[in-house]
Parts: sequence; structure tokens; C-alpha cells
Amino acid sequence: MWRTIRRVIRSGFINFWRNGAVSIASFLVMTVTLSVVTGILLSQAVLENSLTQIESKVDITVYFTTVAQENDILDLKGRIEKLPEVKEVSYVSRDQALEDFKTKHSGDYLTLQALDEIGENPLGALLNIRAKTPAEYEGVAKFLENTSALSSGGASIVDKINYNQNKVVIDRLTNIIAGARQLGLIITLVLVIISILILFNTISLTIFFAREEISVMRLVGAENKYIRGPFMIEGIIYGVLSAIFTGLAFIPITMWLGTKMTAFLGLDLWAYYRANCLQLFVITLIAGALLGVIASFLATKRYLR
Amino acid sequence: MIHFDNVSKIYAGDTPSLEDVTLSIKPGEFVSIVGHSGAGKTTLTKLILAEEKPTSGTVIFDKHDVHKLRSSKMLELRRRIGMVFQDFRLLPNKTAYENIAFAMEAAGKSDAEIETDVPHVLLLVDLESKMHHFPRQLSGGEKQRLAIARAIINQPDLIIADEPTGNLDPVNTYDIVQILKKINDMGTTVILTTHNRGVVESIGKRVITLEKGRVVRDDKDGKYVI
Repeated sequence: MWRTIRRVIRSGFINFWRNGAVSIASFLVMTVTLSVVTGILLSQAVLENSLTQIESKVDITVYFTTVAQENDILDLKGRIEKLPEVKEVSYVSRDQALEDFKTKHSGDYLTLQALDEIGENPLGALLNIRAKTPAEYEGVAKFLENTSALSSGGASIVDKINYNQNKVVIDRLTNIIAGARQLGLIITLVLVIISILILFNTISLTIFFAREEISVMRLVGAENKYIRGPFMIEGIIYGVLSAIFTGLAFIPITMWLGTKMTAFLGLDLWAYYRANCLQLFVITLIAGALLGVIASFLATKRYLR
Repeated sequence: MIHFDNVSKIYAGDTPSLEDVTLSIKPGEFVSIVGHSGAGKTTLTKLILAEEKPTSGTVIFDKHDVHKLRSSKMLELRRRIGMVFQDFRLLPNKTAYENIAFAMEAAGKSDAEIETDVPHVLLLVDLESKMHHFPRQLSGGEKQRLAIARAIINQPDLIIADEPTGNLDPVNTYDIVQILKKINDMGTTVILTTHNRGVVESIGKRVITLEKGRVVRDDKDGKYVI
């Protein structure tokens, strides 16, 4: 058993080496396939990063009246935080709101003067609510509508909720984000399937060239596993070498993208690649070896009946 | 050893390639099968190897109906038969040494056996100096000697040589015939198909003549009559 395995592995390596141009062609096609896989994984990271950034810009702000008590607001904050849709709620007090306003308008003399004339703080406190996904703002808004009657001494403490103003934008954004994810997935699947088909064809072709050889091996009385084994080893070699080559080729590519395209992509791909290259390498290595071995197995099947 | 019992082989919708062939070959015999191209010589050898199934009749090899063998038994059968072809059928990506070693590996021989037997058989067919040459680096006669070396390496009970001299010049043809005779002298049964009159007459042994798929003559003394 061990002797057979050893001979099969040795033959696989020798055949790979002696097949020259045919091996190189298969190696290159496999490299293209694995590059497509790596490229897709990287663009998914860029897409996901952009979508997350867009998502994080969506929020609901609840403005309170100037007479609202801090206790009531913090109580509401606690209740909102308990909602399953909510990721975080931040509280901005009246004083903080005034500070923020002053900072924002620090160069605007007229506005600041107007503020001084009023004499007292005209701004109410506010709660900034972030949901886990944009689609969940609807639920948060409903909750707020139902509880906004919440009052101190009969009058509502909520001045306004900006959700309804932003509703159209939020809804459209939610749809666009979901659409972009779906489209990304479809494009990924189509590209991966096309590359796998091309790879299978190439490996079938290399084995087609060896069909005479296979028939001779059968005539000599070799068992199927003994004939097929070296081809499967060759498939694994294509996969491993291509994974290594692809991993190395993406170093200068991501380095360039990282230095030149970070602003455009919204993500430093070079940093991302450095952080994830091991994981990417393992994925392409396993994908390459599996594809190679399965393609060889299927392609030899035809000649071993 | 081999017995054909009323064997016919008809390829789909065609005229019969073999028709009602009945013949026996005893162990140690040297049988030449002659006939024009398309007379059914190659079909006959393919039936022995179970590469083709007969349309009717049975082919017996050592008491076994070769077309009823399970695939594992079939491999065993093929290892007991050494094949030599007109077009050599060597493994192009393997050296002379490796071509023979492969046949031994397929038969489950150990590394030690391979290391001693391969150089020995290459010496026998006078190719020891070309041990590490690939088939493309060998002449026609050398390729055929290599093919014979591969055929005999596992000490088969039977050698089937299908037009082994068809692609060779007279000198190489003579060499190949001498080697086959030597193999037969050592006790191995040989079946040779050919349409070369000189070859048949120089061997001077049993000749079966096929014509349009039928056995028309079976002479004990090496006559080539068509």
C-alpha cells in the first residue's frame, strides 16, 4: 500500500516535470482561476467595507424639548438600548449640544452673537440611535412613535424625530445595499463557475493527450488507481504551485492598490492583504488542490471504463 | 491453453470480422497467424486479451472464459500475457528503464526485483546502453526490442505479437523474429500475426491462415499460402 502511494507520488512529480508545456498551460489556467478567487475575495472586502461605511452614516436622532428632564431621557435611552434592533444609543446633553453648536459655528460671528442675545441655552438634549442594519430603523421608529407620548407632566418631552424626514433616503439606501450584496454574490458565483469550467477543460485536454498512454497502461495490466493516481498528484501540484504563485503575485498588486487607490476604494488593500494573506493563501491552496484532484479524477474516468 | 469455440465477431452493422473460428493453441507452441489486412488477425488477438467481446462463441484461456472474468481477474490475465504491437505502444514520457519498470510495478513487484530484473532484460534485447533514453530517442527496431523486453519482463505464459515487424526494415525484422524464437525456445507460447511471407517461412512453425474472418488453412510446417 505504502509502496504504491510512494510510486504514484513519484510518478506524478516526474510526469509534471516531463510534460513541460502542457504542465505550464495547466498551471497558468489554474493560476488564473485562483487569481479570480483571490480577486473576488478582495473586492468583496472592498464592497463590504464601503457598504459598512455607508450603513454607519445612517442613524435616527431624537430631539428633546428644552424642558425635558435628564432622568426621563436617560430612562428612555435605557429602554431603547434594550431593543434587539439597536446597536448603540448615544446621549448628548443640552450643555454638550450647545458646546457642539459653538464649535461648529466658531467662525460664524453673527450666529454666536445671536446665541448670546438669547441668553439661555435654546438647544434640547438629543439621543443618537444606531440600528444593527439599516432595515431595522423602521422598527426603532415605530417604537419611538408609540412611546413618544411619554411625557413629564402630560406634555411630550420629544420635540422631533428625524426618521420620517430621512425615511425615503434610508429605505433607498437599504435597497441599494441589499442589491449590491446580491449582485456581488451573483457575479462571484458566475466568475468562479466560468473559471472552474475552463480549468476542467484544460485538465481534460492534458489527459486527452495521455489517452494512448492510459490504454497502454491498462494493457500492461495496471490497476485503475495506479493509472489515475499520478494524474491526481499532478492536479494537486498544479493547485499548490498556482496557490503559491497567486499569493506572491498579489503582493505587488495590492501594494500598488494600497498606495494609489486607498482613497478611491475606501480601504487600504495592502494593509488588508497583509493582515489576511495567510487566510487567503490557505483558501486558494485548498481550492486549488481540490479542483486539481477532482478535475483529474473526472477526466481520467472516461478512459478507464 | 487457448481455445476458440465457434467464435464470431461482428462490429455494428458490418460484415463479420471473425466468423465461426474454432482453434486450439497448446502451451509452448509458436503460432503464426497470417492473412491480408482486415482478415481478422488483430480482432483475434483482441478477443484473447478481452479488449473486445465476441458476438457469439467463447474464448477459453487456461480453462477460464476470458469474457466472463471479473475486472480484477482480467488484470491478472493481462499480466500473464505480454503484448507487442506494430506501433510499439511505449509510454512516451518514460525512459526505456521506466517503461519496463512500470510493467513490473503494475504487477506488484518490489523495488529490489525491479532494480535487478530491468537491466537484465535490457541486456537480453541489447538495449542496456540506451536504458535512460526516451522512446523518441530510439530507432524503430530499438523501440520494438524495448516493447518485447516489456512484454517478457513478468515472465508471461503467452506473448502476443501483433504485426511486430510491420514498421521495420529487413535487418530489424530478422532481429525481432530471432528474439521471439528465443523466447519460445525458453518455453513461452508465442502468437505472431503477420503478413510477411519471409517472416513466416523463416520461423517454420505452425501457420493459421485467415481469410475474410474464417480459418482457411492450419499448417504445421510454416507455409505461407494465400
